[in-house]
Amino acid sequence: MRRLSRLALLPLLVVLGVVTLGSADTEARYNDLGHKMMCVCGCSEILIECNHVGCPDSDRMLGELKAAIASGDTNDAVLEAFQEKYGPTVLAAPLLTRFNIVAWVVPPTVLVLGLAGTFMLVKKWRLRTVAMPAVADDPASVELRARIRKETEL
Amino acid sequence: MPAFGSFSLLIALVLSGYNLLAGAVALRQLATGRRGWISPEKLAETARRAGIASFFTTACAAFALVWAAFTNDFSVAYITEHSNRALPAAYKFAALWSGQEGSLLLWAFLLSAYGFVLRVRHKVDVKLTAYASTILAGIQVFFLLLVNVAATPFSLVTGAIPADGNGLNPLLQYPEMVIHPPMLYLGYVGFSVPFAFALGALMMRYPGEKWIHITRRWTMVTWLFLTVGIFLGMHWAYSVLGWGGYWGWDPVENASVMPWLTGTAFLHSVMMQEKRGMMKSWNVWLIFSTFMLAILGTLLTRSGLVSSVHAFAQSAIGTWFWVFLVIVLAVCLFTYVLNRDHLKTEHKLESLVSRESSFLFNNLVLLAACFTVLWGTLFPVLSEYVQGNRVTVSAPFYNRVAVPIGVFLLFLTGIGPLLAWRSTSMRSIRKNFVLPGIVGLLVAIAIIPLGVHPWTIFTTDEQGGFYAWITFAMAAAVITAIFAEFWRGGKVIQQKSGQNLLTSMVQLTRRNTRRYGGYIVHFGIVLIFIGISGQAFNQSHEQTMNYKQSFMLGPYTIECLDYSQDSNPNYDTEFALLNVYRGGHLVTQLSPELRVYAASQQPSTIVANHSTLAWDLYVIYAGKDPGTGQPVIKAFLNPLVAWIWIGLIVTIIGTGIALAPNLSAAIAAQRHRAVVAPEVVAAGKAGD
Repeated sequence: MRRLSRLALLPLLVVLGVVTLGSADTEARYNDLGHKMMCVCGCSEILIECNHVGCPDSDRMLGELKAAIASGDTNDAVLEAFQEKYGPTVLAAPLLTRFNIVAWVVPPTVLVLGLAGTFMLVKKWRLRTVAMPAVADDPASVELRARIRKETEL
Repeated sequence: MPAFGSFSLLIALVLSGYNLLAGAVALRQLATGRRGWISPEKLAETARRAGIASFFTTACAAFALVWAAFTNDFSVAYITEHSNRALPAAYKFAALWSGQEGSLLLWAFLLSAYGFVLRVRHKVDVKLTAYASTILAGIQVFFLLLVNVAATPFSLVTGAIPADGNGLNPLLQYPEMVIHPPMLYLGYVGFSVPFAFALGALMMRYPGEKWIHITRRWTMVTWLFLTVGIFLGMHWAYSVLGWGGYWGWDPVENASVMPWLTGTAFLHSVMMQEKRGMMKSWNVWLIFSTFMLAILGTLLTRSGLVSSVHAFAQSAIGTWFWVFLVIVLAVCLFTYVLNRDHLKTEHKLESLVSRESSFLFNNLVLLAACFTVLWGTLFPVLSEYVQGNRVTVSAPFYNRVAVPIGVFLLFLTGIGPLLAWRSTSMRSIRKNFVLPGIVGLLVAIAIIPLGVHPWTIFTTDEQGGFYAWITFAMAAAVITAIFAEFWRGGKVIQQKSGQNLLTSMVQLTRRNTRRYGGYIVHFGIVLIFIGISGQAFNQSHEQTMNYKQSFMLGPYTIECLDYSQDSNPNYDTEFALLNVYRGGHLVTQLSPELRVYAASQQPSTIVANHSTLAWDLYVIYAGKDPGTGQPVIKAFLNPLVAWIWIGLIVTIIGTGIALAPNLSAAIAAQRHRAVVAPEVVAAGKAGD
């Protein structure tokens, strides 16, 4: 009998789980999308973080965001709708479209090219260093070694 | 007083102009061997004295503006716009830098103060200082021209003198605002000195690396000022702006961090020049770039080229900065092209696994970070030019692009100091890296059950958990590596001297303050990284609250005890009184406020924050519910924020140690004998 009552509770738990999971998901999406947009009042703040007293825009925009999420729009659709209504500056970061891709691609490319260039430079320097004859008794080298020893050891 | 101030500024301009022209003529004569009707040495001396005098006249002008604020002299337009009678005294002092004209006057004053110290200490190297003094005079002339012509702080009001002023921007009425801008300016302006020395040394083809020794302390002090200025700004934003964060990637914030990044790179790479005679051209360009980035930052924010929350700083002086920047770049390029053969490197890199190459990679990553920030700041302008419309580049962009670079930098912070100069052996690598590696790995595993889940990057759009996981693990490895260095060195001294380990480690630090001070700075930076990583686990809750109503956030229960309003001559305020419970026990009472300032009629939030080492409970009064009149309370639970400020303090201490002179081994031994001798006598007596 106890097992039967537990089984009866199971669908209830599943429904409850789905509902709460849904609300958590909605809350997370609201939070996520709210952080991907800017308030358009001119404060240059992230939409969900805009805290101006009497801000003419943020409350309305957050209301629209809640409504869009509730209506079942996808994240991309919500962002596009906001961009359509408020212009491209409403997005906190450029989307991966057309020229905007450049914004995302250039910094990592510069870093990778810099790393590759540094590796090649060091390799070239090393080759040159190997070709150079060692000057063992040069006083400057002795002094340099002493300095290096002092720096690297106690 | 306004007439006195204006006149002082005019005289300062004339004196700086004379310093520049006479100094340039004297140095030219010295370089070519030609002599005029006055000897170049005497001419250079008059130029130096004019430079010293310009400090006093600029100080008089700054004093005149502060005096006008304190005496409520509303005949001065700047004072009318940035002060009022009810403004507390400390903020009247801050009026000096609360607007465009005043902050430019502050810049000119600090520059002349740096110049004053440099010119007084000219005997360090008379000729090099003469070059540096003349170059500084050129920069001074620019800023003094600005405050004399384009942004005059002593302009008088037109028409009748108002009975009261508009007041200070409410956001600036906060204790840190009294010290944050001067610190930041000390940092920006301070880079003029190493810049002037570098350019001067290149112009005169200065032999050796003495200019680096001379400027090392200047650069470190300047770097420290800029660091403190940036972090005070972060703390101010956290405490005043009330959005729960401390860094918003605003263009003005970006402008401050760019010279900091290149300045940090310079501080590291000059060590290669000092020790190995390498990277001379690189170093010269690093300090040139640092100075130009400080100017570019000011240009970006003041010209209105990019939009910023620091909109009060915008004006039409952008063109002046453009012209100045182009002149500086042209002078730097011209001097470099003429004298580049003087900057030939003395040694080459011998191994990829060496201290030199770690510095090289560290520089590369710092510059990549600087480029990313500059790129993000300027991309809206580029987008408008190419696509015809502006886009916003804000936190989501930097979080994705700059954070990985920051993590890579943390990695290099850990491994760099463990590598030897020239080449590191496998034995040394094993000795130095195994323990930190194991600790890092253990921490990486241990924090997963605590809720730091790196796999969220694959399952959601959220990357914070992944980067926090890497940062915590790497931070543990780096801290272990740093402490292992102290422990190893301390052990050696302990074996030789017989002192306890802690005393030995202190003595180790005092013997090589630069190296071990540097490690402490690295430790501070790691703590800051830990603090920033906590951001990935922020929580927040907003609720309209009636009496005795409560909500839960993390381990805390927040209950509304009361809400009311009050008034004083400076502002009207609404506030709530909240009890904070944890585990059923009252932890603290918080009172977030919302102020509306009388003079400006601008609102400002006063955050209530309960800070612990684990997290901050950060509460703001977001306004009144229009329907019920009850307060809307927004609370944030921000983990690990306190570690950012602790990290800053450690960084300050580390820089202070690195600036201190070394205690020579001889003095250390002498002191040890003096300490040990009475103990030996006492032990002998006890034995008797």
